[in-house]
Amino acid sequence: MDFNDTPDQAKFREKCRTWLENNAPYKDGSAKMESFANKDILKEAKEWQKKKYNAGWAMLHWPKEYGGIGATPIERIIWANEEAKFNVPKGIFEIGLGMCGPVMMTYATEEQKERYLPPMAEGKEIWCQLFSEPSAGSDVAGLRSKAIKKGDKWVVNGQKVWTSGAHFSDFGILVVRHDPELEKHKGLTFFFVDMKSPGIEVKPIKQITGGSSFNEVYFTDVEIPDSQRLGEIGDGWKVAITTLMNERLAVGDADGADVEDAFKWAKNQDNLGEPLLNNRAARESIADWYCEASGLKNTKLRTMSALSKGDTPGPEASITKIVSAAKLQDIGNFGIDSLDMAGMLKTDSENIKRFQNAWLGAPGLRIAGGTDEILRNVIAERVLGLPQDPRADKGVAYKDIPSGKN
Amino acid sequence: MNLDFSNDQKFLKEEAKKFLEKEKSLSRNRTVLENNSRVDKDLWNKIVDLGWTGIRIPEEYEGLGLGHLELCVIAEELGRFLAPVPFSSSVYLFTEIIINYANDDIKKDILPKLVSGEVVGTLAVTEELKAPSSSNITSKCENSLLNGSKIAVPDAEIATHAIVVAKNEKGVSLQLVDLSSNGVNIEYQENIDESRGHFQIKFDNVECQLIGDESNGWNLYETIVNQAAVLFAYEQIGGSQAAMDMAINYAKERYAFGRPIGSFQAIKHKLADMYISLTLAKSNCYYAAWALSTNSSDLPSASATARVSATKAYQFCSKENIQTHGGNGFTWEYDCHMFYRRSKLLSLNIGSLSNWKEKLVVGLEQSNIN
Repeated sequence: MDFNDTPDQAKFREKCRTWLENNAPYKDGSAKMESFANKDILKEAKEWQKKKYNAGWAMLHWPKEYGGIGATPIERIIWANEEAKFNVPKGIFEIGLGMCGPVMMTYATEEQKERYLPPMAEGKEIWCQLFSEPSAGSDVAGLRSKAIKKGDKWVVNGQKVWTSGAHFSDFGILVVRHDPELEKHKGLTFFFVDMKSPGIEVKPIKQITGGSSFNEVYFTDVEIPDSQRLGEIGDGWKVAITTLMNERLAVGDADGADVEDAFKWAKNQDNLGEPLLNNRAARESIADWYCEASGLKNTKLRTMSALSKGDTPGPEASITKIVSAAKLQDIGNFGIDSLDMAGMLKTDSENIKRFQNAWLGAPGLRIAGGTDEILRNVIAERVLGLPQDPRADKGVAYKDIPSGKN
Repeated sequence: MNLDFSNDQKFLKEEAKKFLEKEKSLSRNRTVLENNSRVDKDLWNKIVDLGWTGIRIPEEYEGLGLGHLELCVIAEELGRFLAPVPFSSSVYLFTEIIINYANDDIKKDILPKLVSGEVVGTLAVTEELKAPSSSNITSKCENSLLNGSKIAVPDAEIATHAIVVAKNEKGVSLQLVDLSSNGVNIEYQENIDESRGHFQIKFDNVECQLIGDESNGWNLYETIVNQAAVLFAYEQIGGSQAAMDMAINYAKERYAFGRPIGSFQAIKHKLADMYISLTLAKSNCYYAAWALSTNSSDLPSASATARVSATKAYQFCSKENIQTHGGNGFTWEYDCHMFYRRSKLLSLNIGSLSNWKEKLVVGLEQSNIN
């Protein structure tokens, strides 16, 4: 057991670090530039992405012809570890590069890949994912938006929701129902769409944090050329699953207040005349969060060890979001509670903001990219091999599936 | 980056697993529990023959001279199969104290006998119905004569020797006692995991030998406990895995309302939570194993982290395994209770969950994160 890079990995890490040092400042504890909701950082994010792209770091695991350098999975992790030490914008491109990119890579034609992948990697064109609908969240295959074929075009009508970044996206990947007479999963077809197409209307959703990173997207007689179909007609679910698998990899650790923040805060915060850290309940909570945070960190190291040897990692990383989102919520709650009644107030204190943001933002993280409940089903079924639930919609034409009041 | 065991260590683990499976360790555990026989001597002798008691003992003392990582993989398998043997008492605690703190004469005398099985050791700390500490030890050593009484000492009947935590004029020390000496009286104590015997030992003017420093014994004990916590944690994740596997298999086979109970989300989510707690514990154990094998300055916090998460995982997996089995889980006939009992024993050996959590936070305070 050791934590050393191989000579090649060390050389690669050095190369990453040298380039980063020449092009970005180290993190200095000030607010990180990572807020997805903040449109002001869009320009800055695009500039940073372009800089990375020109040097080959933007999508380093992609083949050279699309702007990558053909990096191995472990090199990709080394880059990410090093980049994380610097104060650079992140978040804006994650959905495009993490989910839309791989689907285009697998299903688009060669000409389309050459046209769309490099600008996506460069950050010149931003992509979003148009999957969820008002009546199709966890059961996303239950979506209703309709596509009807007319000649070599499709006409799409319907509504998408929870679309992160749609308000600044140039393109989107879209799954719609082409035939409601077929069973739920069989009647779906997958496209990519120009977000500037006539008939697309994007309306931001105000979240409980007060920010707006999600949108409603309305489709009214939107025309999509058949050439922008990804996969065969009726293969929409298969293509969507590719994306969702990538989403599970992309949505990992919950950013924000962690056990070290809670610990440092408890050391310095007065509670009934003594440091909060002297409180037994506070100490027990900190011990529990420390075990979870270390457990996640060490799980990551195990995954990296497998990749480093060229092995396929085990399923252990599947626990990450469930554990980290709930921990974030609890730690936010702990920080606010420590202020007693004054915890209600918005203040200039960065520490207090961090706890309040964690508490307000964590409910979203427990839902986005698979709810806690869906992810527990995934672990139970895919990792532990338990049988699926019997489903009321199996073998039934989509149009005949009960759908409640909606 | 290589947070993983070597191929040789994985091979050793596989061999240990095959051996304990072949020896029907689980049903041996039941036999000990039902017959109140306190230990399985036959299984213990076979384990001695395999050389496992000498894994960490240097070759000059006839041991295998291997590292702690080899011990970790063995511990995980012993935990998985609930082996009813004094391995933790003799190997993780007694042997490590002798290796680390005994003088050369004692090492030359004792270590080869631990390899051959002639000596089996245990550690005697607790005296009253409360957690032991450096300030509540009353057993006393004067002029190399020990007086006092210890309770809940695991494996004292099969043990030939014990390390006894005792006070003296200068403080607390570790004393080596031959349990066949005059003045030693060992009595069985009924307990809640009778697959492992626990005993009261009374010492009446018993000859003893000082191990390590005369006043620093409690610190030596704490140091050994911090190491042993990693090995206990490996036993705990082995047990957690077995309890979880048992629950998963039952949930696939048991039908209710016309379908396997494992298809109900209430059961699925329970089992997913077992997997989550076990994965956290296992990953923390890997890191602690590394810290132990390299004697890292991180060891106290790494071992406390592994210990706390492994205790939580085993308690959770063993109690929810019973729950998943429904009424069957509450019967003596099903094995669920054996894991439940062992999870409790392992969570108390070397100190309770709440005290380990406290130790973890004290460690954070000392590491001076500002």
